[in-house]
Amino acid sequence: MRVLYFAWVREVIGTGEEQVDPPAAVTTVAALIDWLATRDPAHAEAFRDRARLRAAVDQAFVPLDAGIAGAKEVAIFPPVTGG
Amino acid sequence: MIRIVVTPDPIDTAAELEAVEGAGAGAVASFTGLVRADAEEEGGGVGVLELEHYPGATEAALTTLAEEAISRWQLTAATVIHRVGPMHPGERIVLVATAAPHRAAALDACAYLIDRLKTDAPFWKRETRAGQARWVEAKDTDDAAAARWGQGEEVRSVE
Repeated sequence: MRVLYFAWVREVIGTGEEQVDPPAAVTTVAALIDWLATRDPAHAEAFRDRARLRAAVDQAFVPLDAGIAGAKEVAIFPPVTGG
Repeated sequence: MIRIVVTPDPIDTAAELEAVEGAGAGAVASFTGLVRADAEEEGGGVGVLELEHYPGATEAALTTLAEEAISRWQLTAATVIHRVGPMHPGERIVLVATAAPHRAAALDACAYLIDRLKTDAPFWKRETRAGQARWVEAKDTDDAAAARWGQGEEVRSVE
């Protein structure tokens, strides 16, 4: 699975993209975030405040409790500020 | 006619509006967003504003919004041009333009598109003030502005 990060989430983690292979028990975006946060201090820091995170699965915005079964691409980012 | 562009290049408002006028409607409405130089409480005004986006997802989100606006207000054209990368105070960040048979639909659809763009399209602003860069925080007022359009509501129409 391809995981993308944007804005300050990208900066704190130190990369904009990574390939991951989460265990089968990781079935939602929130669980993926929990699992990624255990991997190293940078992920843990970026994901410290879940209220500041938004997500997209296969390029469509979803709530953090959305499923990721079969997803090719998950993006994790701050609330958007365009326009 | 839908035209969605995400580009690092400056926005040519005149050319874009002329194209929307070419859709043959009686009314064209537009919104232009500019980089503000507003001096905040400390640190001076904005020197550079950088726009990051999610390539692919951005264009898809803007296309969905344009399709919704066209079907809700029977527009003959909807254009959304959003600039990305570094830009300076006074420069155009975004242009929304809509064409419809009458003004109410064109004006409402234009407001809808910019309100929803602010909450539904994956763009992030980073501003530099007095050499200090910081990511701009999302505003609750933007959520409220987007929410006022509801979902699939009937639209008032004044001719």
